[in-house]
Amino acid sequence: MNFEEHAAKPLLADKGIPVPEGAIASTAAAAGEIAHGLGAVVVKAQVPAGKRGKAGGIKAADGAEAARRAATEILAMEIGGHPVERVLVEARADIARELYGAVLTDTAAGCPLVMFSTKGGMDIEEVAASDPDAIRRQLVDIALGFDETAAEALVRGLDLGDAEGQVAATLAALYRLYRERDAEMVEINPLVITGEGQVVALDCKFVLDDSAVARQADLADLGTAEPATVLEARGGEAGLKYIELDGDVGVLANGAGLTMTTMDAIVHYGGRPANFLEIGGEAYTKAVPALELVLANPRVKSLVVNFCGAFARCDVMTEGVVRAWETLTPALPVFFSIHGTGEVEAQAMVRERLGLEPFDLMDDAIKAAIGAAR
Amino acid sequence: MILRGSDRVLVQGITGKQGTFWTERMQAYGTKIMGGVNPKKAGSQHCGVPVYASAREAMADGGFEASVMFIPPLGAKAAALDAIEAGAKTLVILTEFIPVQDVMIVLAAAKANGCRVVGPNTAGLVTPGDCFVGIMPGFNANIFQPGPVGVISRSGSLGTLLCLNIVRAGFGQSAFVGLGGDPVSGTSTREALEHFDRDERTQAVVIVGEIGGTKEEEAAEYAAGMSKPVVAFIAGRAAPAGKKMGHAGAIVLGDRGTHASKRQALERAGVAVLDLPSQVGEALAAALPRQGATE
Repeated sequence: MNFEEHAAKPLLADKGIPVPEGAIASTAAAAGEIAHGLGAVVVKAQVPAGKRGKAGGIKAADGAEAARRAATEILAMEIGGHPVERVLVEARADIARELYGAVLTDTAAGCPLVMFSTKGGMDIEEVAASDPDAIRRQLVDIALGFDETAAEALVRGLDLGDAEGQVAATLAALYRLYRERDAEMVEINPLVITGEGQVVALDCKFVLDDSAVARQADLADLGTAEPATVLEARGGEAGLKYIELDGDVGVLANGAGLTMTTMDAIVHYGGRPANFLEIGGEAYTKAVPALELVLANPRVKSLVVNFCGAFARCDVMTEGVVRAWETLTPALPVFFSIHGTGEVEAQAMVRERLGLEPFDLMDDAIKAAIGAAR
Repeated sequence: MILRGSDRVLVQGITGKQGTFWTERMQAYGTKIMGGVNPKKAGSQHCGVPVYASAREAMADGGFEASVMFIPPLGAKAAALDAIEAGAKTLVILTEFIPVQDVMIVLAAAKANGCRVVGPNTAGLVTPGDCFVGIMPGFNANIFQPGPVGVISRSGSLGTLLCLNIVRAGFGQSAFVGLGGDPVSGTSTREALEHFDRDERTQAVVIVGEIGGTKEEEAAEYAAGMSKPVVAFIAGRAAPAGKKMGHAGAIVLGDRGTHASKRQALERAGVAVLDLPSQVGEALAAALPRQGATE
């Protein structure tokens, strides 16, 4: 789950990392009022997209009237396909140097990674490509952690002057935030040194581990929900992972790997899948809501039911599909291929209650479904 | 990471619905279940074996080589650390949706204690004709038969489909190793490949991968130097970028983790990459010309 700047910055402040004073506004008038108390400000579009500055979504303004005008312009914009609905109005910092700091999960190494660069304010991937030595990296033993001493070692010799201690303290605090709040990634870009020698975080990205939402309940409402179609949202509410695609062959399979493979095979044989929908894992008893989702997509002209049961029992999944089919009585042609745990009972159910013969090979069920969709 | 019927196995979470269902099937197949863990039912018997308060207690009483966990996500870290500190040699973590930082803590403890972690979010391990641990249909003779093919899979359902096709083609498996669908996991594709390369019963390896991460690319580096033939199927060729395809690890971000990059790395290493799971029999027949039939 991604957090926009205005939702991420309070998390930094909570760990003692200085951020500019400011507030969020959804109208130009409110933006003006916030600026009235702050003087020189920056008005920043709040959208779940990068490159806001290049798009014109970040403007400097002096005083309430200028802030109102800037907010009027920004609130009329669309950035990265997202209409701007809110702006963050913040006291403007006097920037002497721009730095970069981040803590993220290095999935290949299987441990946290701290990154720091004196080339802040730019796209870090561009820095990594053009000047890889400008980024310092430290893999962290999660059992030992990353304290101020470790942070000092990481930033030493980079000519940070009197700010070196503050920068090290900020990176150590960033690591604490990462650990205590189950971040997948937390990034400050830029982290600036002001003309007065203060270290301040001017922007922040925070990504919460979706699997940790249950134990970070107070954060759950602060993140930005992934963009979803009406049906995808309905799937999410039912505890099902449903992704809408633009084809006409509906897919109902168990397990992520088999579902992706069913989509791949549909494309291989010249068809177009209408959705990704898996009912494996703990969701294997949810065949009824799953089938309703697939059928609710008006583009679907035929359906492949492809089960290969390991943990997910084919008899339980098929019972759900057959019962739903008997209740909903769709006119859609459906093609089954069923193997694995509980296959004998499941195949018999399809024969006896739906009067259909399951295909032995997944490939044949898919070819038949593509033919029926045409 | 290949289990044998002589290995003693502990089941953490044995008294739950899934723990019970799969313990009975593991026992029927020949897996030596020595006991289970549920602190609330310690001292009782379940599935004909003792229930302990902790893995430590189980180790002190009967002892075990491997443990398999039927434990919900937020309880998984504590259960895993219990098994690791008790001295488990192999720990099979079936649980999906464990917070990734908990996984990293578990893996660090496992490394310090010399424990091999398989998973999380794995369907388990199968040694056909001998034993299985986890939630795979090891007992289904259409899917698992003893034979020369080592199978490595990130997905349980897709791994099952490949095994079905392998048996159909007249081959069998030396072992099935489920790696799990999480981005951070205890056993990598490369480690499993190295293991099968050293295993005397294995004459060819099938890698069942998917989009996301760089596990297949890392495995390709090792495959390039192998003399045993390697065949791969990578799921997710038709998947749109930027969407998690069910598994937390299965997502294409930028040019990382794409089907094309995996296919290219594997083919460059001399691995036969399949378009469809149903082609696996043909590929194995070409790679193992004189090994038509099941043992």
